Amino acid sequence: MRTFLAASLALATATFAAPAIAQDIQIADVAELSGGGATVGTNWKNGIDLAVEEINAAGGVLGRKIVVTHADSQSNPGVARAQVQKALDSNPYVLLGPGYSGSVKATAPLAADAGVTQIMGGEAAELTQMGDKFLFRTSFGQQSTMPKVAKYMAEDMKAKTVAVVWVNNDFGKGGRESIEKALKERGVEIVADVSTEPGQVDFAADVAKVKAANPDAAFVYLNEDESARILKELTRQNVTTPLMGETTLVGQKVIELAGDAANGARAHVGLTTDAPIEAVRAFRDRFVKKYNYVPDHNGLKGYLAVQMVKAASEKMGKIDPKGVADALHGLTIKASDDPSILMDVTFDENGDIDREGFLVEVVDGKQVVKQVLPKLH
Amino acid sequence: MSDPIQLLVSGLASGAIYALAAIGFTLLWQSAQTINFAQGEFVMLPAFLVLAAMRAGAPFWLAAIVGVLLSVALLGLAFKRLLVDPMLRHGVLPLAIATMALSVAMKESVKTFFSAEAQPFPSIAPSGSVSIFGASVSLQSLGVFGIGIVAVAALSLFLERTSTGRQMQAAAQNPMVARIIGVPVERMILLAFVINAALAALASLLVTPLYLAKFSAGEALGQAAFIAAIVGGFNQVRGAIVGGLAIGVLDNFAAAYVSTEYRAAVPLALLIAVILFRPQGLVGRAEERSV
Repeated sequence: MRTFLAASLALATATFAAPAIAQDIQIADVAELSGGGATVGTNWKNGIDLAVEEINAAGGVLGRKIVVTHADSQSNPGVARAQVQKALDSNPYVLLGPGYSGSVKATAPLAADAGVTQIMGGEAAELTQMGDKFLFRTSFGQQSTMPKVAKYMAEDMKAKTVAVVWVNNDFGKGGRESIEKALKERGVEIVADVSTEPGQVDFAADVAKVKAANPDAAFVYLNEDESARILKELTRQNVTTPLMGETTLVGQKVIELAGDAANGARAHVGLTTDAPIEAVRAFRDRFVKKYNYVPDHNGLKGYLAVQMVKAASEKMGKIDPKGVADALHGLTIKASDDPSILMDVTFDENGDIDREGFLVEVVDGKQVVKQVLPKLH
Repeated sequence: MSDPIQLLVSGLASGAIYALAAIGFTLLWQSAQTINFAQGEFVMLPAFLVLAAMRAGAPFWLAAIVGVLLSVALLGLAFKRLLVDPMLRHGVLPLAIATMALSVAMKESVKTFFSAEAQPFPSIAPSGSVSIFGASVSLQSLGVFGIGIVAVAALSLFLERTSTGRQMQAAAQNPMVARIIGVPVERMILLAFVINAALAALASLLVTPLYLAKFSAGEALGQAAFIAAIVGGFNQVRGAIVGGLAIGVLDNFAAAYVSTEYRAAVPLALLIAVILFRPQGLVGRAEERSV
């Protein structure tokens, strides 16, 4: 009996006297792990996992490990909303994702109501113009990319007439609106306005419309699988119109799926693992070593989303879920101070991003950077 | 204005694929009163069997042969023995529901083994294009259309001109009388399942280079083939061909001249019109049933 009492006392003393074991930082990710956006979500998820692994191996954030849970939105805004609600119920430190603009639009009010910072992959212009103080991008919004695309088409490609092919979802509608406005401001005429459906497999009629309009250049703004299908169809119908896109058209997965049909396509990309930047190349090598394939920009976005959480927490000097958004607003992270952020970046008061951008062309199945566009501020 | 010849040829190429899948609906319905709602997935799966063989190191031609043979074994023999035979005795509806479950199981299995991402797939038709009436038509479209039509013509000849083909027709039209005159009805039904699997595998090889190999690739295709089979006539092989080509061409013209948003609605409008005014299908045969 005495032994038992002594043991109990020792256990109780040890329990109360032990320093509080720091809790893990819980982060929730909701992404397009299946459905039309599977390429987006899979790259995003893998980027997140790589960042979490590296940060934890280096001692975590302020000494605490990150634990991330992944949920599948099935590329469906309704499912995304349900998954985000479920994720918010577990009081995460930060919400990551989704990647599709439509899903972000459907879920952002939930995160804002809960006061949880949401770091997402959507690029539709309107997302950061809704007055949401908890929403942050990981890449450029259409309002900042499309004027650059229009400038390149008008000045470098010398296009006077353009066909715009877009996908009929929030991402595509936002892109179409932004590019048509930017092109018109430069006096470029839109000679064909071709709407396509998400998940569409047959692009024969759409390509025939572009061909019949005979434009100087075509701007193609579709999701990954559809971009690959239309590139193949453009080749099948022998269309030689110069092609311009924004990020997705020249993504790694699109190049893999479209094969030779992707050669010659040009695009503005905010993030590419082919960027002539040492830290980005090193990231690419680490990603390839872990997953055995080259990531597209979504892999970079997922990786950077976690690094943003780390940088904001270190700025605060504490793990405070309510303070993450305030810490990120107006924050500039320099790659020279924190190499894991890969490139200098600034977040403004709307959650928009300012960073270097790139104009690339697909040559022999690879992205080749033609121009580096400097950071604005 | 888009080039109508371009649209017609592209539509016929898509239509030939729909026809290959639609024939499966008619074959299985006639031979075993089976409505296979997994028909779209029957076209999706062979491409992944080919990709699996290629990952194992086989060259494309060998992988294609292995893929077709495995498809015949799995989607023909195993489907008939393991799902249709046990379920059919409970009636058409339980069997139809079982095929819906099979469709979900096939999609989820492919997603598990191959990921949810699309995969590239080599083309069996050459690249390049030729000019027809001033329109640039790809050899791939012509190849798909040509191979599809040859396959359908060969099947028609087989059914009409060979002893086995006529026995299959007899078994489909009146199994009891066929049995009395010595037709091995069970074997003929099994043959229909095998032919369906082979045609689905062929459609898979033709369509996947264009639509990409993806677990969900069969959804749109299965729906288009089902509509094609009803529009053409569910009880006639030639009905499936007419329906398939009609839907393919109509879909393309609707996308070009009506609107992309409503392209999917146009074949459905045709389906409703056919059901209302010509329920046996465009070239189908009216059937009467008595109780």
